[in-house]
Amino acid sequence: MVSQQRDAAIVGIHEYPLRKAPGMTPLHIKAESAERALADAGLKWSDVDGLYDAQDGPGMSGLSLAEYFGFKPNVIDTTAVGGSSYEFHASHAKRDIAGGRCKVALLTYGSTAHSDSRAIGTGGMGGVGPASAMSNMQDPWGMTLISNYAMVAHRHMHQYGTTSEDLARIAVATRAHAMRNPEAVKAMTDLLYENIREVTTEEVVNSRMVADPLHLLDCCMVSDGGGAVVIASRDVARDCKKPPVWILGAGEATKYSENGGDLTVSAGAQSAPRAFGQADVRPDEIDVAMIYDSFTITVMVMLEDLGFCKKGEGAAFVREHGLRFDSPTGPALNTDGGGLSSNHPGMRGIFLLLEATRQLRGESTSQRQGAKLAVAHGNGGMLATSHTGGTIILARD
Amino acid sequence: MARPQPRFPEPDTQPFWDATREHKLMYQVDPATGDVIFYPRRHSPYTGSRDLEWRESKGEGTVYTHSVVRLNRHPSFAQLGPYAVAYVDLDEGFRIMTNIVGVENPVTDVKIGIRVKVRWEDQESGIALPMFEPA
Repeated sequence: MVSQQRDAAIVGIHEYPLRKAPGMTPLHIKAESAERALADAGLKWSDVDGLYDAQDGPGMSGLSLAEYFGFKPNVIDTTAVGGSSYEFHASHAKRDIAGGRCKVALLTYGSTAHSDSRAIGTGGMGGVGPASAMSNMQDPWGMTLISNYAMVAHRHMHQYGTTSEDLARIAVATRAHAMRNPEAVKAMTDLLYENIREVTTEEVVNSRMVADPLHLLDCCMVSDGGGAVVIASRDVARDCKKPPVWILGAGEATKYSENGGDLTVSAGAQSAPRAFGQADVRPDEIDVAMIYDSFTITVMVMLEDLGFCKKGEGAAFVREHGLRFDSPTGPALNTDGGGLSSNHPGMRGIFLLLEATRQLRGESTSQRQGAKLAVAHGNGGMLATSHTGGTIILARD
Repeated sequence: MARPQPRFPEPDTQPFWDATREHKLMYQVDPATGDVIFYPRRHSPYTGSRDLEWRESKGEGTVYTHSVVRLNRHPSFAQLGPYAVAYVDLDEGFRIMTNIVGVENPVTDVKIGIRVKVRWEDQESGIALPMFEPA
């Protein structure tokens, strides 16, 4: 463990509590979350000297967000790679802080996807934006976002014998965590979920088929929401209100459909070894796994690619360990209730960092006892066509 | 209402779609390396070479994976009922996104590994969409 570099830490967090936020704009959510995350850290608005943004605001986000917030940052990073953008930002913030380019990095996210009635999962996926080679080869086929991930699920089932029940177990564990999180229960209530209680594998596989083989309860919600993360240098972190959560390792990767390629392997297979290697940590040492759960299949693929088990053995791994906060073995999975049952306004990556931090502070509503190490793995874009993977390894003192 | 169509000008895929007017399924190769390139573009994603050749596929292949879409809010797809989106691996070595048609029930009749052949669906614009049906 001596080689671990503790040069940057998450010192402040805030998750915007509502999933239905009428009258709020994404910028309102970003600014309010920023103020609360800085207060959580015991830092001031004017301490921010690094601004990281996934271009969820209007205009040229690096410029317009600095102006709207009233910052004059030394570092501006507008990496926008979908839902994993915040893991990329955490990676870059660690690099920028270690390089002495900034001391207090701010990541924010705000979305009103629910109030805007955006059909993210079931939209037509065509004819929007400027034409490109990619859009011209994809638009005519009616491939919704859900069917995109479903194509990965079918292939996983074909190659490894994974079943719908195996995928459902991920939704079951996640819902159990959501029921312990009052904000998740309110989310499901406000978004008019039916049967707001723990669910069984049978209920998941008997829920309505949306895109074979993914059922309604295999899919995340579409909510409003957002949040903020403050990452600070070692010197700043020492004087913050909350104990530091160190960023020990970071990995970034892309993957896209290729002739003859294996769709059951994600970008995580590249990003995770980099992150674990930099952190000098093994997957079996991880207490808490925050894995992007746009769909149950996303988690199944990422558990394997993160190295918790071999490719194709995800189903057995889930069966063996359960992935609940109180499971005696294996990591606790998505203890906030995940995108499946708590919060998914379109780009969930920031919430992975937030709940991992709560766990390492001992503040989760489904606390893994003695949690010391967490992984946050974000997935951005679309799993079957092109996507990014961002892996962050976090540790408490 | 028509389903979303490829839009032009878009120089990378224009030759591919032009050829569909004659029901020809085209792909690119890099003659120097033998690399098969798809989707079409100006350069090889393997070497950066721009000396690429167009070739015609026989239009026969295997379903790599698929999903049956039960819910799509786009009006042109909503009226279809359940339909199968898929990746098909053509025998020449390229993978294409498409629809599997010509089956009684897409939920039970489309399977990974089944052999398929191209079935052209002419569009009002004059181009044709390369869909696939069981061979």
